Amino acid sequence: MNIVIVGCGRVGAFLAGQLDKAGHAVTIVDLERGSFVHLPQDFHGTTLLGNGTDLDVLRTAGIDKADAVFTLTQGDNRNLMAAQIARQIFGVKRVIAKVNDPIRAALYRSHEISTVSRTTILGTLLEAMLMGDAEVGKVLIEKSKAAEAAMAGELG
Amino acid sequence: MYFVIAGGGEVGFHLAKALLESSHEVMLLESDRRRAQVIEEKLGSVVLNAPADEGRYQLEAGCQRADAVIAVTGEDPANLIICQLAKWKCNVPRVIARVNDPKNEIVFKALGIDETISSTRVIMNVIEQELPSGGFLPLMPLTGSHLELIEAEIAPGTPSAGKSIGSLGLPDGAAIGGIVRKGAVVHADDTTKLLVGDRIVVLSPTKVEADVRKALFG
Repeated sequence: MNIVIVGCGRVGAFLAGQLDKAGHAVTIVDLERGSFVHLPQDFHGTTLLGNGTDLDVLRTAGIDKADAVFTLTQGDNRNLMAAQIARQIFGVKRVIAKVNDPIRAALYRSHEISTVSRTTILGTLLEAMLMGDAEVGKVLIEKSKAAEAAMAGELG
Repeated sequence: MYFVIAGGGEVGFHLAKALLESSHEVMLLESDRRRAQVIEEKLGSVVLNAPADEGRYQLEAGCQRADAVIAVTGEDPANLIICQLAKWKCNVPRVIARVNDPKNEIVFKALGIDETISSTRVIMNVIEQELPSGGFLPLMPLTGSHLELIEAEIAPGTPSAGKSIGSLGLPDGAAIGGIVRKGAVVHADDTTKLLVGDRIVVLSPTKVEADVRKALFG
Protein backbone atom coordinates (compact mmCIF):
# COMPACT_ATOMS: atom_id res chain seq x y z
CA MET A 1 0.00 0.00 0.00
CA ASN A 2 0.96 3.64 -0.50
CA ILE A 3 0.86 5.31 2.88
CA VAL A 4 1.30 8.97 3.79
CA ILE A 5 2.00 9.92 7.39
CA VAL A 6 1.82 13.53 8.54
CA GLY A 7 3.90 14.18 11.65
CA CYS A 8 7.17 12.45 12.48
CA GLY A 9 7.01 12.50 16.25
CA ARG A 10 7.41 9.33 18.27
CA VAL A 11 4.11 7.84 17.14
CA GLY A 12 4.47 8.81 13.47
CA ALA A 13 8.04 7.55 13.28
CA PHE A 14 7.17 4.27 15.04
CA LEU A 15 4.24 3.61 12.71
CA ALA A 16 6.31 4.57 9.65
CA GLY A 17 8.99 2.08 10.73
CA GLN A 18 6.48 -0.74 11.28
CA LEU A 19 4.73 -0.20 7.93
CA ASP A 20 8.05 0.15 6.11
CA LYS A 21 9.23 -3.16 7.57
CA ALA A 22 5.98 -4.77 6.44
CA GLY A 23 6.83 -3.75 2.88
CA HIS A 24 4.57 -0.74 2.33
CA ALA A 25 5.61 2.42 0.47
CA VAL A 26 5.68 5.07 3.21
CA THR A 27 6.07 8.83 2.82
CA ILE A 28 6.38 10.78 6.05
CA VAL A 29 5.97 14.58 6.28
CA ASP A 30 7.20 16.88 9.01
CA LEU A 31 7.88 20.60 9.42
CA GLU A 32 11.23 20.07 11.12
CA ARG A 33 14.16 18.20 9.70
CA GLY A 34 15.23 17.22 13.22
CA SER A 35 12.05 15.15 13.68
CA PHE A 36 13.19 12.53 11.21
CA VAL A 37 15.78 11.29 13.75
CA HIS A 38 12.88 9.42 15.35
CA LEU A 39 12.76 7.09 12.32
CA PRO A 40 14.54 3.74 12.52
CA GLN A 41 17.97 3.79 10.88
CA ASP A 42 17.00 1.25 8.25
CA PHE A 43 13.89 3.20 7.13
CA HIS A 44 13.50 2.86 3.35
CA GLY A 45 10.58 5.21 2.86
CA THR A 46 10.52 8.84 1.78
CA THR A 47 10.87 11.81 4.11
CA LEU A 48 9.40 15.13 3.05
CA LEU A 49 10.10 18.43 4.78
CA GLY A 50 7.01 20.65 4.79
CA ASN A 51 3.73 21.68 6.35
CA GLY A 52 1.33 18.74 6.32
CA THR A 53 -1.74 20.97 6.12
CA ASP A 54 -0.46 22.60 2.92
CA LEU A 55 -2.22 21.39 -0.22
CA ASP A 56 0.93 21.51 -2.36
CA VAL A 57 3.05 19.68 0.22
CA LEU A 58 0.42 16.94 0.47
CA ARG A 59 0.33 16.65 -3.33
CA THR A 60 4.10 16.31 -3.39
CA ALA A 61 3.78 13.59 -0.75
CA GLY A 62 1.60 11.70 -3.24
CA ILE A 63 -1.63 11.96 -1.29
CA ASP A 64 -3.66 11.59 -4.50
CA LYS A 65 -2.30 8.06 -4.88
CA ALA A 66 -2.35 7.13 -1.19
CA ASP A 67 -4.29 4.10 0.01
CA ALA A 68 -4.13 5.34 3.59
CA VAL A 69 -3.25 8.56 5.37
CA PHE A 70 -2.41 9.00 9.05
CA THR A 71 -2.23 12.45 10.61
CA LEU A 72 -0.17 12.28 13.79
CA THR A 73 1.28 15.72 14.58
CA GLN A 74 1.09 17.16 18.08
CA GLY A 75 -1.79 19.46 17.12
CA ASP A 76 -5.36 18.14 17.04
CA ASN A 77 -6.43 20.90 14.66
CA ARG A 78 -3.59 20.27 12.23
CA ASN A 79 -4.36 16.55 12.28
CA LEU A 80 -8.04 17.15 11.61
CA MET A 81 -7.36 19.63 8.82
CA ALA A 82 -4.85 17.37 7.06
CA ALA A 83 -7.17 14.38 7.49
CA GLN A 84 -10.14 16.23 5.99
CA ILE A 85 -8.03 17.38 3.03
CA ALA A 86 -7.05 13.74 2.45
CA ARG A 87 -10.62 12.44 2.82
CA GLN A 88 -12.77 15.15 1.24
CA ILE A 89 -10.48 16.74 -1.35
CA PHE A 90 -8.33 13.80 -2.45
CA GLY A 91 -10.86 11.06 -1.68
CA VAL A 92 -8.43 8.86 0.25
CA LYS A 93 -10.40 5.83 1.49
CA ARG A 94 -8.67 5.21 4.82
CA VAL A 95 -7.84 8.28 6.88
CA ILE A 96 -7.01 8.17 10.56
CA ALA A 97 -6.29 11.23 12.69
CA LYS A 98 -4.78 11.39 16.15
CA VAL A 99 -7.04 13.66 18.16
CA ASN A 100 -6.29 13.92 21.85
CA ASP A 101 -9.40 15.91 22.74
CA PRO A 102 -12.10 13.19 23.15
CA ILE A 103 -14.90 15.62 22.22
CA ARG A 104 -13.34 16.54 18.90
CA ALA A 105 -12.44 12.88 18.33
CA ALA A 106 -16.10 11.88 18.65
CA LEU A 107 -17.42 14.77 16.57
CA TYR A 108 -15.19 14.17 13.55
CA ARG A 109 -15.83 10.43 13.65
CA SER A 110 -19.38 11.29 12.66
CA HIS A 111 -17.93 13.28 9.74
CA GLU A 112 -16.12 10.44 7.96
CA ILE A 113 -12.75 10.86 9.68
CA SER A 114 -11.59 7.95 11.82
CA THR A 115 -10.09 9.40 14.95
CA VAL A 116 -7.98 7.90 17.67
CA SER A 117 -7.69 9.64 21.01
CA ARG A 118 -4.62 8.82 23.06
CA THR A 119 -6.43 10.23 26.06
CA THR A 120 -9.28 7.75 26.07
CA ILE A 121 -7.39 4.75 24.65
CA LEU A 122 -4.50 4.95 27.08
CA GLY A 123 -6.79 5.94 29.96
CA THR A 124 -9.13 3.02 29.34
CA LEU A 125 -6.20 0.64 29.09
CA LEU A 126 -4.62 1.87 32.32
CA GLU A 127 -7.89 1.58 34.20
CA ALA A 128 -8.34 -1.98 32.93
CA MET A 129 -4.80 -2.88 34.00
CA LEU A 130 -5.47 -1.54 37.49
CA MET A 131 -8.73 -3.45 37.75
CA GLY A 132 -7.07 -6.66 36.53
CA ASP A 133 -9.31 -6.76 33.48
CA ALA A 134 -6.82 -8.54 31.22
CA GLU A 135 -9.19 -8.90 28.27
CA VAL A 136 -9.24 -5.20 27.41
CA GLY A 137 -5.63 -4.83 26.39
CA LYS A 138 -4.25 -8.35 26.11
CA VAL A 139 -3.50 -8.44 22.38
CA LEU A 140 -2.50 -4.78 22.29
CA ILE A 141 0.02 -5.15 25.10
CA GLU A 142 1.51 -8.34 23.67
CA LYS A 143 1.97 -6.71 20.27
CA SER A 144 3.52 -3.55 21.63
CA LYS A 145 5.86 -5.55 23.90
CA ALA A 146 7.02 -7.49 20.85
CA ALA A 147 7.64 -4.27 18.92
CA GLU A 148 9.54 -2.80 21.87
CA ALA A 149 11.69 -5.91 22.17
CA ALA A 150 12.48 -5.78 18.43
CA MET A 151 13.48 -2.11 18.69
CA ALA A 152 15.65 -2.73 21.76
CA GLY A 153 17.23 -5.73 20.03
CA GLU A 154 18.23 -3.61 17.02
CA LEU A 155 19.98 -1.13 19.29
CA GLY A 156 21.63 -3.77 21.50
CA MET B 1 -26.60 40.94 17.05
CA TYR B 2 -24.39 38.59 19.03
CA PHE B 3 -20.92 37.77 17.69
CA VAL B 4 -18.39 35.34 19.10
CA ILE B 5 -14.83 36.11 18.05
CA ALA B 6 -12.14 33.44 18.34
CA GLY B 7 -8.64 34.81 18.76
CA GLY B 8 -7.60 38.02 20.47
CA GLY B 9 -4.72 39.10 18.26
CA GLU B 10 -4.75 42.50 16.57
CA VAL B 11 -7.49 41.46 14.15
CA GLY B 12 -9.72 39.96 16.85
CA PHE B 13 -9.22 42.88 19.20
CA HIS B 14 -10.03 45.60 16.66
CA LEU B 15 -12.95 43.61 15.27
CA ALA B 16 -14.41 43.23 18.77
CA LYS B 17 -13.89 46.95 19.44
CA ALA B 18 -15.57 47.96 16.17
CA LEU B 19 -18.55 45.65 16.74
CA LEU B 20 -19.00 46.93 20.30
CA GLU B 21 -18.90 50.51 19.02
CA SER B 22 -21.73 49.66 16.60
CA SER B 23 -23.75 48.44 19.62
CA HIS B 24 -23.42 44.72 18.96
CA GLU B 25 -22.94 42.16 21.69
CA VAL B 26 -19.54 40.48 21.61
CA MET B 27 -17.69 37.65 23.33
CA LEU B 28 -14.03 37.14 22.51
CA LEU B 29 -12.21 33.89 23.26
CA GLU B 30 -8.49 34.15 23.88
CA SER B 31 -6.41 31.33 25.33
CA ASP B 32 -3.43 33.41 26.44
CA ARG B 33 -4.16 34.68 29.96
CA ARG B 34 -2.15 37.88 29.74
CA ARG B 35 -3.48 38.83 26.34
CA ALA B 36 -7.02 38.16 27.58
CA GLN B 37 -6.40 40.50 30.55
CA VAL B 38 -5.07 43.28 28.33
CA ILE B 39 -8.16 43.12 26.13
CA GLU B 40 -10.48 43.00 29.13
CA GLU B 41 -8.86 46.15 30.52
CA LYS B 42 -9.54 47.94 27.25
CA LEU B 43 -12.95 46.57 26.24
CA GLY B 44 -14.58 45.45 29.52
CA SER B 45 -15.85 42.01 30.44
CA VAL B 46 -16.31 40.65 26.97
CA VAL B 47 -13.43 38.18 27.11
CA LEU B 48 -13.41 34.48 27.94
CA ASN B 49 -9.90 33.25 28.72
CA ALA B 50 -10.19 29.85 27.05
CA PRO B 51 -9.30 28.07 23.80
CA ALA B 52 -12.00 28.47 21.15
CA ASP B 53 -11.28 25.10 19.54
CA GLU B 54 -12.88 23.19 22.42
CA GLY B 55 -16.60 22.62 22.25
CA ARG B 56 -17.29 23.26 25.92
CA TYR B 57 -15.80 26.76 25.78
CA GLN B 58 -17.82 27.57 22.69
CA LEU B 59 -20.89 26.58 24.70
CA GLU B 60 -19.69 28.65 27.66
CA ALA B 61 -19.28 31.63 25.34
CA GLY B 62 -22.90 31.21 24.25
CA CYS B 63 -22.27 30.13 20.67
CA GLN B 64 -25.69 28.42 20.62
CA ARG B 65 -27.36 31.83 20.45
CA ALA B 66 -24.64 33.59 18.41
CA ASP B 67 -25.60 35.15 15.08
CA ALA B 68 -22.07 34.51 13.84
CA VAL B 69 -18.77 33.04 14.92
CA ILE B 70 -15.67 34.65 13.47
CA ALA B 71 -12.37 32.77 13.74
CA VAL B 72 -9.40 35.09 13.36
CA THR B 73 -6.48 33.33 15.01
CA GLY B 74 -3.14 33.28 13.21
CA GLU B 75 -3.44 29.53 12.60
CA ASP B 76 -5.46 28.27 9.65
CA PRO B 77 -6.05 24.77 11.09
CA ALA B 78 -7.43 26.30 14.31
CA ASN B 79 -9.73 28.65 12.36
CA LEU B 80 -11.06 25.73 10.33
CA ILE B 81 -11.80 23.55 13.36
CA ILE B 82 -13.31 26.44 15.35
CA CYS B 83 -15.75 27.17 12.51
CA GLN B 84 -16.65 23.51 11.99
CA LEU B 85 -17.29 23.03 15.73
CA ALA B 86 -19.45 26.16 15.80
CA LYS B 87 -21.43 24.97 12.79
CA TRP B 88 -21.85 21.32 13.74
CA LYS B 89 -22.03 21.49 17.52
CA CYS B 90 -23.63 24.85 18.20
CA ASN B 91 -25.64 25.25 14.96
CA VAL B 92 -24.30 28.76 14.44
CA PRO B 93 -26.01 30.13 11.31
CA ARG B 94 -22.97 32.01 10.03
CA VAL B 95 -19.29 31.20 10.45
CA ILE B 96 -16.44 33.24 9.02
CA ALA B 97 -12.81 32.15 8.96
CA ARG B 98 -9.66 34.13 8.45
CA VAL B 99 -7.24 32.26 6.20
CA ASN B 100 -3.59 33.16 6.25
CA ASP B 101 -2.52 31.02 3.29
CA PRO B 102 -4.74 32.10 0.34
CA LYS B 103 -4.74 28.51 -0.98
CA ASN B 104 -6.80 27.59 2.04
CA GLU B 105 -9.82 29.56 0.80
CA ILE B 106 -10.50 26.65 -1.56
CA VAL B 107 -9.69 24.09 1.13
CA PHE B 108 -12.06 25.68 3.65
CA LYS B 109 -14.88 25.86 1.10
CA ALA B 110 -14.42 22.20 0.23
CA LEU B 111 -14.67 21.44 3.94
CA GLY B 112 -17.91 23.34 4.44
CA ILE B 113 -16.71 26.79 5.50
CA ASP B 114 -18.03 29.11 2.82
CA GLU B 115 -17.05 32.50 4.16
CA THR B 116 -13.34 33.12 4.32
CA ILE B 117 -11.25 36.26 4.44
CA SER B 118 -7.68 36.17 3.22
CA SER B 119 -5.79 39.33 4.03
CA THR B 120 -3.08 38.30 1.58
CA ARG B 121 -5.65 38.01 -1.18
CA VAL B 122 -7.33 41.30 -0.31
CA ILE B 123 -4.04 43.17 -0.39
CA MET B 124 -2.98 41.44 -3.61
CA ASN B 125 -6.26 42.46 -5.24
CA VAL B 126 -5.76 46.07 -4.22
CA ILE B 127 -2.22 46.09 -5.57
CA GLU B 128 -3.25 44.46 -8.83
CA GLN B 129 -6.09 46.91 -9.38
CA GLU B 130 -3.55 49.70 -9.11
CA LEU B 131 -1.26 48.21 -11.75
CA PRO B 132 -1.43 49.76 -15.24
CA SER B 133 -1.89 46.40 -16.97
CA GLY B 134 -4.40 46.02 -14.17
CA GLY B 135 -7.93 44.87 -14.38
CA PHE B 136 -7.21 41.28 -13.43
CA LEU B 137 -9.27 40.45 -10.41
CA PRO B 138 -9.82 36.96 -8.99
CA LEU B 139 -13.38 37.43 -7.74
CA MET B 140 -14.14 34.28 -5.80
CA PRO B 141 -13.45 30.56 -5.57
CA LEU B 142 -16.37 28.35 -6.60
CA THR B 143 -17.73 26.07 -3.91
CA GLY B 144 -16.99 22.38 -4.28
CA SER B 145 -14.42 22.71 -7.08
CA HIS B 146 -10.88 23.81 -7.67
CA LEU B 147 -12.20 26.60 -9.87
CA GLU B 148 -12.38 30.32 -9.44
CA LEU B 149 -14.03 33.24 -11.12
CA ILE B 150 -11.79 35.96 -12.52
CA GLU B 151 -12.80 39.33 -13.91
CA ALA B 152 -10.45 41.04 -16.35
CA GLU B 153 -10.59 44.30 -18.22
CA ILE B 154 -9.11 44.68 -21.69
CA ALA B 155 -7.48 48.11 -21.46
CA PRO B 156 -5.80 49.89 -24.40
CA GLY B 157 -2.43 48.28 -25.04
CA THR B 158 -3.42 44.93 -23.54
CA PRO B 159 -1.71 42.22 -25.66
CA SER B 160 -4.92 40.23 -26.04
CA ALA B 161 -6.92 43.17 -27.46
CA GLY B 162 -7.98 42.44 -31.05
CA LYS B 163 -7.21 38.71 -30.74
CA SER B 164 -9.75 35.92 -31.02
CA ILE B 165 -10.33 33.88 -27.87
CA GLY B 166 -9.12 30.70 -29.61
CA SER B 167 -5.74 32.25 -30.31
CA LEU B 168 -5.03 33.45 -26.77
CA GLY B 169 -3.49 30.20 -25.56
CA LEU B 170 -5.58 29.99 -22.40
CA PRO B 171 -4.43 27.11 -20.16
CA ASP B 172 -6.36 23.83 -20.17
CA GLY B 173 -9.53 23.98 -18.15
CA ALA B 174 -9.84 27.77 -18.31
CA ALA B 175 -12.69 29.31 -20.28
CA ILE B 176 -14.02 32.77 -20.95
CA GLY B 177 -17.58 32.60 -19.68
CA GLY B 178 -18.80 35.88 -21.09
CA ILE B 179 -17.91 39.35 -22.29
CA VAL B 180 -19.51 42.55 -21.11
CA ARG B 181 -19.26 45.00 -24.03
CA LYS B 182 -20.83 48.46 -23.77
CA GLY B 183 -23.06 47.30 -20.96
CA ALA B 184 -24.42 44.23 -22.76
CA VAL B 185 -23.46 40.57 -22.49
CA VAL B 186 -21.80 39.18 -25.61
CA HIS B 187 -21.61 35.43 -26.16
CA ALA B 188 -17.99 34.24 -26.23
CA ASP B 189 -16.66 31.41 -28.42
CA ASP B 190 -13.25 30.69 -29.93
CA THR B 191 -13.79 33.03 -32.87
CA THR B 192 -14.94 35.99 -30.77
CA LYS B 193 -12.40 38.82 -30.77
CA LEU B 194 -11.61 40.71 -27.57
CA LEU B 195 -11.92 44.48 -27.94
CA VAL B 196 -10.52 47.33 -25.91
CA GLY B 197 -13.00 48.20 -23.19
CA ASP B 198 -14.33 44.63 -22.84
CA ARG B 199 -14.79 43.24 -19.36
CA ILE B 200 -14.49 39.50 -19.39
CA VAL B 201 -15.39 36.80 -16.90
CA VAL B 202 -13.06 33.80 -16.83
CA LEU B 203 -13.66 30.45 -15.16
CA SER B 204 -10.32 28.94 -14.32
CA PRO B 205 -8.74 26.21 -12.21
CA THR B 206 -7.15 28.07 -9.32
CA LYS B 207 -3.74 26.59 -9.96
CA VAL B 208 -3.45 28.07 -13.47
CA GLU B 209 -4.53 31.59 -12.50
CA ALA B 210 -1.05 32.89 -13.38
CA ASP B 211 -1.26 31.30 -16.86
CA VAL B 212 -4.62 32.97 -17.51
CA ARG B 213 -3.09 36.29 -16.59
CA LYS B 214 -0.20 35.58 -18.96
CA ALA B 215 -2.50 34.64 -21.84
CA LEU B 216 -4.44 37.89 -21.45
CA PHE B 217 -1.81 40.39 -20.41
CA GLY B 218 1.46 38.83 -21.66
